[in-house]
Amino acid sequence: MAVEIVQLEHVPSSYQIHLALFRNVKNAGFLHQQLLARNADFEYAFIDASTIVSRVHLLSAVFKAVNSSANGTLRTPNIHSEIVVSLSSSSNIADAYRRFGVSPSTSDLFVVKVTFPSDTTPEPPSADSISQHLKDNVEGDAVPATDQTIQAITDVRTVRKSYKLNGLAWLDAIKDELVKRQEIERLILGGMALRGV
Amino acid sequence: MTATAAEAAAPHEFPLPKILTNPASTPPTLITQGAEGRLYKTTYLLPDIPCALKYRPPKPWRHPVLDQRLTKHRILSEARILSKCRRDGLRVPDVYALDEAAGWLMLEWVQGTPVRVNINQRLGSRTEGIEDDEELKDLMRRIGAAVGKMHSIGVIHGDLTTSNMMLKPPAQQTDGATGLEGEIVIIDLGLASGGVHDEDRAVDLYVLERAFGSTHPRAECIFSEVLDAYRQSFKQAGVALKKLEDVRMRGRKRSMLG
Repeated sequence: MAVEIVQLEHVPSSYQIHLALFRNVKNAGFLHQQLLARNADFEYAFIDASTIVSRVHLLSAVFKAVNSSANGTLRTPNIHSEIVVSLSSSSNIADAYRRFGVSPSTSDLFVVKVTFPSDTTPEPPSADSISQHLKDNVEGDAVPATDQTIQAITDVRTVRKSYKLNGLAWLDAIKDELVKRQEIERLILGGMALRGV
Repeated sequence: MTATAAEAAAPHEFPLPKILTNPASTPPTLITQGAEGRLYKTTYLLPDIPCALKYRPPKPWRHPVLDQRLTKHRILSEARILSKCRRDGLRVPDVYALDEAAGWLMLEWVQGTPVRVNINQRLGSRTEGIEDDEELKDLMRRIGAAVGKMHSIGVIHGDLTTSNMMLKPPAQQTDGATGLEGEIVIIDLGLASGGVHDEDRAVDLYVLERAFGSTHPRAECIFSEVLDAYRQSFKQAGVALKKLEDVRMRGRKRSMLG
């Protein structure tokens, strides 16, 4: 199955979170173009998977966006762009899209779709229709979004730059790569939580 | 009548913050209630990630605009200081999420017990041989090093006590464990501020010294271990300790007013 339904703690029950990970994506340029053209059929958060260090990292951004949506405090046009922006530790929206969003050169892609009943669409699309739409439009290999897979995709150097984690002597001094990664994840969560405030 | 019955059944039920009314795998538990806010144990994102939620409810006696501003300011200030500490390599709880308008802050749930508990368990009913207890003295030195690290990165805690430090036990417990092993995690930086003045550092140490003396009177004889480790933890420590002597003479407040 290509699309996973993720259950998060403290998310209103009317929200449903769909998550998929694609490798070897061939048509990132096309997907990027759909976002730029504001094609209403492509209401997804398309995230360059090399910028993600773990499931918790990505899900933190989803949680923040859902919370903003439920409180009516979105800073961007919709919940999907909000997910991308929530990944950033700065409040610069364009910069967040550029760093974390899909670009024509993206080869590993996270797709997140959050559905909830709204005035315009009282009946949100079903999991099956989302799955089918992605299958038809993303040219790539759907893989389970496990931490192990994510770790193989992460570009740690770029991630550390995006979150300003360079020059931390104590972090560089950690020998155990696993521990170091956990610490990086922890620092990222803090940076995201404090974004722009 | 029914209202009183309900109250009797749940004598201390506070209304939950909105975020905690959403579905979760386990219900939140109220851990403590402080003067300013409440602390819940709950979960972050997934059922197996426990977290602490600090909630500052609206204060109906304050002007709403002022109330909102103070709450926001306090949530953000604590989160910023925690995040700064973490980046500079001091072990404090991680910041998971926050909503300053709603008045909550979600933090890592630190395993273990407050250092106060570990010390008291170790002391038991003993009155002798405390000054020769090497394991306990080692714990004192770890406390001194943690406080020194905190001061060296320019953070003043504002309420240092052995209750505001957790002892996080090692992942693998070895045989013959003393219950004093582990990492010191400084918690509750709700009153913390940035500062590099020796005077502020000295007051921080003085508060800890006084709190320690009244919480663990029998262990007062080994408190000097804390200060010794503190002295070795950063360059300016000696000056702060010198200032501590002045503070001891006059008390926490510099001026005689208020």
